[in-house]
Amino acid sequence: MKPRSRGASVALHATLAVASLLALFPVLFVVLVSLHGRDGWQEPTRIGGLGLSTYRYVLSDTKFLVWFGNSLVVAAGATALGVLVSASAGYAVSRLRFPGHRPLMWTFLVAQMFPMAVLIVPLYTILGQLGLLDSYAGLILTYCSVSVPFCAWMLKGYFDTIPAEIDEAGRVDGLTPFGTFWRLVLPLARPGLAVTGFYSFITAWGEVAFASQFMSSEEHYTLAVGLQTFVGQQKAEWGLMTAAAVLITVPAGVVFFLAQRHLISGLTAGGTKG
Amino acid sequence: MTRLRRSLTAHWYAWAMVLPVVVVLAVLVAYPLGKGIYLSFTDADEANTARTIGVNHIPSTYGFVGLDNYWRVLSGQEGNFYGRLGWTVVWTASCVVLHYVLGLGLAMLLNRPMRLRGLYRVLLILPWAVPAFVATFSWRLMFNEKYGVLNAVLERLGAGAVDWLGDSTLQKAAAVAVNVWMGVPFMMVALLGGLQTIPAELHEAAALDGASPWQRFRHVTLPGLRTVSGTVVLLGTIWTFNMFQVIYLLIGQGASSDSEILVTYAYRLAFQGIRDYAGSATYGILLLSLLLVFATFYRRALARQEVAR
Repeated sequence: MKPRSRGASVALHATLAVASLLALFPVLFVVLVSLHGRDGWQEPTRIGGLGLSTYRYVLSDTKFLVWFGNSLVVAAGATALGVLVSASAGYAVSRLRFPGHRPLMWTFLVAQMFPMAVLIVPLYTILGQLGLLDSYAGLILTYCSVSVPFCAWMLKGYFDTIPAEIDEAGRVDGLTPFGTFWRLVLPLARPGLAVTGFYSFITAWGEVAFASQFMSSEEHYTLAVGLQTFVGQQKAEWGLMTAAAVLITVPAGVVFFLAQRHLISGLTAGGTKG
Repeated sequence: MTRLRRSLTAHWYAWAMVLPVVVVLAVLVAYPLGKGIYLSFTDADEANTARTIGVNHIPSTYGFVGLDNYWRVLSGQEGNFYGRLGWTVVWTASCVVLHYVLGLGLAMLLNRPMRLRGLYRVLLILPWAVPAFVATFSWRLMFNEKYGVLNAVLERLGAGAVDWLGDSTLQKAAAVAVNVWMGVPFMMVALLGGLQTIPAELHEAAALDGASPWQRFRHVTLPGLRTVSGTVVLLGTIWTFNMFQVIYLLIGQGASSDSEILVTYAYRLAFQGIRDYAGSATYGILLLSLLLVFATFYRRALARQEVAR
């Protein structure tokens, strides 16, 4: 390519800098407000006078840590179940041609299309009858309705990228199709499994609609529900909210940056080779 | 019968491997879906659904009402269906178009050799790393009428404060802005991946033939992105159409508002007031049908494009 002119170079960097600033600003702003104490949010343009009092309060005097634990349990449960159950199906759909192959792929896709509004009422009544409302198990099962089709879809895309010669080599060595899958393909797909798991974890971690209705006692709130109590109709504890926001985002953000490169290829691979 | 047996011996392996998923999907998706369809033909609400109060178990007493619910919704008697559908379509279209255009623009800028590229890339992906409910709350704070940073800046500049989340038009614009902020990074990264698969030789050859930058964009870049674009636009449309958090957490959960999209309205039907389970199920089924019709036509259109090439 020919070298850019000076003007073009300036324009390029200026555009990207402005866009980066827009992307960064809300995050920086929340961090800043969180350092200003409980009522600091009422002076949004103040800069000085920083402290960690909101963090101390959130961690010791609210149920933040309980909610954090609940979110962790529920999201990890849904992810583990999703990946475990769907790995073999993803492999079968990727490698074996069998009657029902196309309808199954189609089901994975359509299940991701389900608006939460379709399933929430039936699941609410079903879980109510089973006595699973306001329990971890109930919410984990609910999230599996989202995570299983998603994981199967993503993993199919990953298995497609692993060369079929590896399977053939396994077959030659006398492994069954399941043995090939278990001993050869699954270890190779470890990054794919990690990213798929991570993504369904994040989805469950941030889910609001089901959690808001299904978890009715404060002890069982997930973070997405608990945070709503900070800034409800009556009170507005934005200072605490921002501190909690930072505490939630930092671990999620770190893992996110480790995983995101693989994420995109997985999401689009499943779609291109139907 | 023999055909079945032969098919069984040939394929039992594959079927055994997909069995766990099929069971989970049947129990957690198909059965609830069937129940949802059934509920949409009844008059179920909280008062007549089976429930247990203390030791007393009260059986459900709701009855079958046929297509009544659908008639009430589709004739516009309940919940201003068409108005809300219109806003939902506008919401989805404007969000997806802005996601795609901004994402493509940024991806093309990032796809050049330059200094600081890695830094820009990380900064621009940042909104995606923030959980959606956290991001929405943060924006709500920034939009705050009295203490929000946006109004503070406006006042510095001499303009008056704006009630961002009070007025229904501004509410809608604010919701779109928040969703665009959150959604652009995904499009950008996906399209950047797509851009990198287009061989540089194609661009060079086109440039040698005297193609203008616009012509190169139109005839080299866009066709090269067709598969990626097809997938991300479909995914983006589905996600935005079903986007719950932004509307629910930004605009609030209180009284009915024009800015609610169909999904949040269906949710509120089920869990506020008399808890109109049947009405909510009806909305849910209608939403799903709309999405299925859209996805079918969309895929067909993509396939036709492929053939036409």
